[in-house]
Amino acid sequence: MTAAFLGIPAPPGVGQLRGGRPFPAAARDALADSQLRRNLGHATGVIRTKRAAAVGELDDWEQLRLAGEAIKRATMARLDDHLVRLEAEVTARGGTVHWARDAHEANAIVTGLVQATGATELVKVKSMATQEIGLNAALADAGITAHETDLAELIIQLGDDVPSHILVPAIHRNRAEIRELFLREMPGVDPSLTAEPRRLAMAARAHLRRTFLRARVAVSGANFGVAETGSLVVVESEGNGRMCLTLPETLITVMGIEKVVPSWRDLEVFLQLLPRSSTGERMNPYTSTWTGVTPGDGPQAFHLVLLDNGRTAALGDAVGRDALHCIRCSACLNVCPVYERTGGHAYGSVYPGPIGAVLSPQLTGIHSGSDDNASLPYASSLCGACYDVCPVRIDIPSLLVRLRTAHVDAARDRPLPTAEALTMAAAAWVMSSPTRFAAAETASRLGRLAGRATGRLSSLPPPLSAWTSSRDAPRPPEETFRQWWSRTRGGPAHPAGQANPPPPGGFAGPAGSAEPRGSAGPAGPAGSAGPAGSAGPAGSA
Amino acid sequence: MNAREEVLARIRAANANAGVGLGGGVRGPGADDDGDIPREYHRGGGPAPGSPPLLDLLRRRLVDYRASVVDAAPGDEPAAIRAALAAASAEHPRGSAEHPPPSADNPPGSAEHSPRSAEYPPDSAGRGGGAVLVPPGLPAGWCPDGVVDGGFTAVELDGFAAVVTGCAAACALTGTIALDGSPDQGRRAITLVPDVHVCVVRADQVVHGVPELLARLDPTRPITLISGPSATSDIEFDRVEGVHGPRTLAVILVTDPTDPTDPTA
Ligand code: SF4
Repeated sequence: MTAAFLGIPAPPGVGQLRGGRPFPAAARDALADSQLRRNLGHATGVIRTKRAAAVGELDDWEQLRLAGEAIKRATMARLDDHLVRLEAEVTARGGTVHWARDAHEANAIVTGLVQATGATELVKVKSMATQEIGLNAALADAGITAHETDLAELIIQLGDDVPSHILVPAIHRNRAEIRELFLREMPGVDPSLTAEPRRLAMAARAHLRRTFLRARVAVSGANFGVAETGSLVVVESEGNGRMCLTLPETLITVMGIEKVVPSWRDLEVFLQLLPRSSTGERMNPYTSTWTGVTPGDGPQAFHLVLLDNGRTAALGDAVGRDALHCIRCSACLNVCPVYERTGGHAYGSVYPGPIGAVLSPQLTGIHSGSDDNASLPYASSLCGACYDVCPVRIDIPSLLVRLRTAHVDAARDRPLPTAEALTMAAAAWVMSSPTRFAAAETASRLGRLAGRATGRLSSLPPPLSAWTSSRDAPRPPEETFRQWWSRTRGGPAHPAGQANPPPPGGFAGPAGSAEPRGSAGPAGPAGSAGPAGSAGPAGSA
Repeated sequence: MNAREEVLARIRAANANAGVGLGGGVRGPGADDDGDIPREYHRGGGPAPGSPPLLDLLRRRLVDYRASVVDAAPGDEPAAIRAALAAASAEHPRGSAEHPPPSADNPPGSAEHSPRSAEYPPDSAGRGGGAVLVPPGLPAGWCPDGVVDGGFTAVELDGFAAVVTGCAAACALTGTIALDGSPDQGRRAITLVPDVHVCVVRADQVVHGVPELLARLDPTRPITLISGPSATSDIEFDRVEGVHGPRTLAVILVTDPTDPTDPTA
């Protein structure tokens, strides 16, 4: 997506970052699964309520978010220095630091380290980085068994399933389904097991106990790595993390390079933002920090693998790099109307939901207009809910618009324009003229009248129907941005649209209202979009 | 170019391409961007450490996340510890749902049913007998019958029913207790494997918020922040307590009731 790149080009990442088909096709199947939709609707409803309560308890939440955003931005600006410092501190305290350009290199490093211990099995703490690189499969190829120990990961592993959420990978399964799975797949399980979550959790405890007690090697991810001290941080709930970080002789931690924070003091911000945003708790049950090796306490061999795998490619984009600020809390998934209906599998990548829609295509790169990941930035209504809940204030809607533009650019060479290319071009053309922009907004209000009966537009005319055939479009808002602006500021707005040429084929129909928050449109007042924000240029839902 | 040099070069090039930073990686030692970070959130200024409102907040937060909490006057720790161990055994007797009898998923002879476990619950005097583990630096007399950790293996640790420790600090706002491996807390494994953790918190160790908590901790030590017993939200985002870590967390809050203004008295 970057035209001219100075210096070393950053190659795209590889691993579990794409599905076998584009989002609309995968979403269509997910939408047909009513059990899936019920499970997702229930679970995301529960967590949205809990999160709101936990966040509402703090009167300095916005100040924490601002600090979190600023720390991440400052960290990325000097990422090289912070990583070098982290490496020096870990090394000085008895750890060993490895660098991996991509997933293959990281897998080879970890496999080699495990083989050097002579172990043929290991225990794992849930970690997005190791899922991303497909570590378990690489270890299996080398004859090493990786035991997932997080309850949800265990559910996934026992069911030979795929994660669908970054925090609760088995969110698509309800308690009855989990009980059936345990009865079927867990050796020696009590046949009287009920579907009560507490009983299911205890079945997992009994199942994993002996595995923990005999494990000699553990693999973890890291939520944070503190440059100034060399401390690594794992935030968890169940105690499986503590088991892995404490009992084995050898600990191997795989950490994305963007997880570094400059100072110990920075944790005071993130350890408030993360638990309240992710599980809706004041504090998660267990947070472990360790610095190198501590004689007589915990693993006596510690390896830290620093992973790039496409992160530097994302870093090279002035807008897209903000996706690297993500602390993987999953709040944006839980509020996303698209995620709630399609679930995580439709996104293909281990990173689903709004953050996945901006992170996955950046990590892999969008190689052509027909790239599967190219459809991900359209898996959003641009409603802005993800930005409102994001603890580090990542403006996901703006990033989505940015990536859509990149995708449209990539698709230009194709003989027949895709629906999204047409609509993006149409939107750009509309936005480049104040008159056309106003006309389009008015037209979209007519669309609102049309959708009033159900509150949803179940289809749009071609070519937009390519998007609404699998998803309902939200109704355009009662009041357009320009109307809001003239009403509240008393003057005509001057949208700063880009002067793009008219779309190929002379497509002239106004295509849904423009998105005020997007980088291509006028700057909207902060927070004005909300759930009532106008539909995006693609008319997607 | 090795992987390290290449990743670092990519970062510098990426930052230069995005128009961020100096891009050359050449900055003076000690360069610090922290002045640019808006830290306008609460970083102190709450109730004084150990003050009665803070202790009250801590009690409520602990109970909210299913820990138990009792007060004890300085010097009364041994009795409070005995009582907490007895309460834990009464609350979770063998054969209850929390300590299921041997069964297919929990066969006799497994680590969970090692001979040591049979010594639990404590004897009629309320003492933990051989089943209670203590770190080497637990104050003398707190748990006279506790077995001092001598570097037991994980399987041996699993034979203990309970562990008794002090703590490094506690945060009232989140109901969090910090352990840092000091002699009265011991290495991390001993507070992890036994199913009951009795933790003694002195009033003067209780601070208000997370910033104050972290400021009291030495990052070079292995640190565990504990907020209630182990729990999971992995099934339908429903929080349930009791997974791999201790399923019972009992906190003894040591505070002098005769002088509430001076918790350290
Ligand atoms: S983008 Fe923000 S809200 Fe979404 S997972 Fe990352 S930190 Fe959480």
